[in-house]
Amino acid sequence: MLDNALRFLSLADANVRFVLLGSLLIGATGGMLGSFAVLRRRSLLGDALAHAALPGVALAYLATGSKALPVLLVGATLAGIVGVLAIQFITQFTRIKADSAIGIVLSVFFGIGIVLLTHIQRSGGGNQSGLDKFLFGQAASMVGDDLVVMTSLTAIIMLAVLAFYKEFKALIFDPGFLSALGFSARRVDALLMGLIVLTVMVGLQAVGVVLIAAMLITPAVAARFWSERLGTMVVVSTVFGGVAGAVGTFISSLAPRIPTGPVMVLVATFFFVVSAICAPRRGALARWRRHRQNAAREQRHHFLRAHVELSDKERRGIFASSSLAAELGWKASRVERLGRKLARQGYVRRSGGRWELTEKGFEEGVFIVKSHRLWEHYLYHRSILDADHVDRPADEVEHLLTPEIIAHLEQIVAEERGINPDQVVNIHGTLSHYRKGGRE
Amino acid sequence: MSDSVRPQGEVAPIQIHDMTIAYHKKPVLWDVDLDVPEGVLVGIIGPNGAGKSTMIKAVMDLIPKASGWVKIYDRPYDQMRSAIGYVPQRESVDWDFPVNALDVVLMGRYGHVGWVRRPSGEDRRLAAEALDKVGMSEYAHRQISQLSGGQQQRVFLARALAQDARIYMMDEPFAGVDAATERAIIDILIELRSQGKTILVVHHDLQTVTEYFDWVIMLNMRVVAAGPTREVFTDENLQKTYGGRLTVLSQAAQAMADHRRGN
Repeated sequence: MLDNALRFLSLADANVRFVLLGSLLIGATGGMLGSFAVLRRRSLLGDALAHAALPGVALAYLATGSKALPVLLVGATLAGIVGVLAIQFITQFTRIKADSAIGIVLSVFFGIGIVLLTHIQRSGGGNQSGLDKFLFGQAASMVGDDLVVMTSLTAIIMLAVLAFYKEFKALIFDPGFLSALGFSARRVDALLMGLIVLTVMVGLQAVGVVLIAAMLITPAVAARFWSERLGTMVVVSTVFGGVAGAVGTFISSLAPRIPTGPVMVLVATFFFVVSAICAPRRGALARWRRHRQNAAREQRHHFLRAHVELSDKERRGIFASSSLAAELGWKASRVERLGRKLARQGYVRRSGGRWELTEKGFEEGVFIVKSHRLWEHYLYHRSILDADHVDRPADEVEHLLTPEIIAHLEQIVAEERGINPDQVVNIHGTLSHYRKGGRE
Repeated sequence: MSDSVRPQGEVAPIQIHDMTIAYHKKPVLWDVDLDVPEGVLVGIIGPNGAGKSTMIKAVMDLIPKASGWVKIYDRPYDQMRSAIGYVPQRESVDWDFPVNALDVVLMGRYGHVGWVRRPSGEDRRLAAEALDKVGMSEYAHRQISQLSGGQQQRVFLARALAQDARIYMMDEPFAGVDAATERAIIDILIELRSQGKTILVVHHDLQTVTEYFDWVIMLNMRVVAAGPTREVFTDENLQKTYGGRLTVLSQAAQAMADHRRGN
């Protein structure tokens, strides 16, 4: 195996170089166009297109007797386009919805393709067997001539994407607006669809009709986790696809009879899984961490607010867990646990078995109480505040109010209710008392 | 020829002649015959399914006309596309799309940029300016799904402003926005009007019609009435538009219910 790896990495073998370059190109174009296809919700259409290409390959061979890649790809392209048109026809002129139409066309065309391949296999001469590589792909069969075809197609695709990037972006986001601007949305859409067709054709020989859609969908979906802008997504997706192609080729070179196409798809899937879990912000771990942090902050707020409210009522600043538990409606053991955690974080400290707020805890507690009371004032008097500040679920609001919003609320309360903002928390003389009673 | 570019309102910005729109051969809007004067703020009102959105989409050739024609400043629409700015319904797009607010506004410049070419620095400056005008500068680099409904609507308005048009078509710009955004939008519409622009707004809140619009088009699958709000926005016309049995109040309730449903 080590021998194989070294031979691969030295790139001494011309065939290895062809296969590596081919897979790289397939992965990269798949990733690039996949971004647009996925965002345009055309990924399934890409799959149907690929399956529909199979009878085209067989018919091209039957018609010409040639197995040259350009000939077969022309057949594949035509059949693919017929398939896509059939889907559009069905959805437009019958009540059948797009998903069913795609399912019907995909299986019918694929079925015809298999029948034709079997027929060719049984009846033809000695050189017929090569066609079945289009089923699951055979990267090792790529030769220099094929590479020329693939490289040219890839160049066309990438140049077209560069040229029409702005049009594609506007088309996918808001086709109606693109038309209103004077562009023909239908032409831009047809162009994008044409590029998706070409992309599928580039990968047909090496990855096969069954799996090529995965090279369109998976890198793009993985890239979306890392990017909030289309340009970034396209670049990341292209890199994911290209790397999946190269690494897939390398892995399949390690031992005989590891098929390249499926391994490429598996590597891309690995990128997807890692992205879905680890990506910052959109990944599962980041979401989980955010959720945990929010929950922890809410708990802390409850504790601190209860402490400040209680000190307001009872005119002292040190409370046992049981008193806080009564205020919160919690079990004392829960208060105890939370208190210990907050003590570690420096919000509270033990004072004779009871809880006292630290400077940090005191400040935050007062802020929470103030937010809460201001919010109540606001809700009660239904003043006008920018809705982008208020349209959050009401029960979460007190934990989300920022100093900026608090300042705004203070202003409103001061203007409309004639209340000095300092009095909002000081209504019962809480704070001065707290400082006196609690700190000594 | 030169008439069509003369700023004073001798030539109607929008002439609609005998326009009928049909979906699958079933007419949804009949025989619209209208001349909209220049420099007015027009409210398009009517019940659900009255053809309000359909009308502005048909004017912009976004849906085919069964019959009739539209002229913009006395010229065919095709030659005058860049004269019209468009604010589609906010729900018509996927806000999870990976672009930021400034990217969206920049799309308003694409018509001026043309095929294949890249937006210039000047286009970017105009887009930033439009974003500033709607009070969204500080959100320029925010991904659009992280904006509130009101902010998204402001971005759409900024995109239309970036189009730098003479006529604006707006499909429910006030739907689901907060009071502050509604105020901000109407202020901008009034400013546009003072610059001699003509603005058509699909609107649902009957209570604000007289306050906001100096012209009104009342639709119910046909034009029930169209003209200066003071003359046309009457109880009688409201009853014709919203159906005889309804009182104005229940019409308003209906309008609000529609509004909530986002239609």
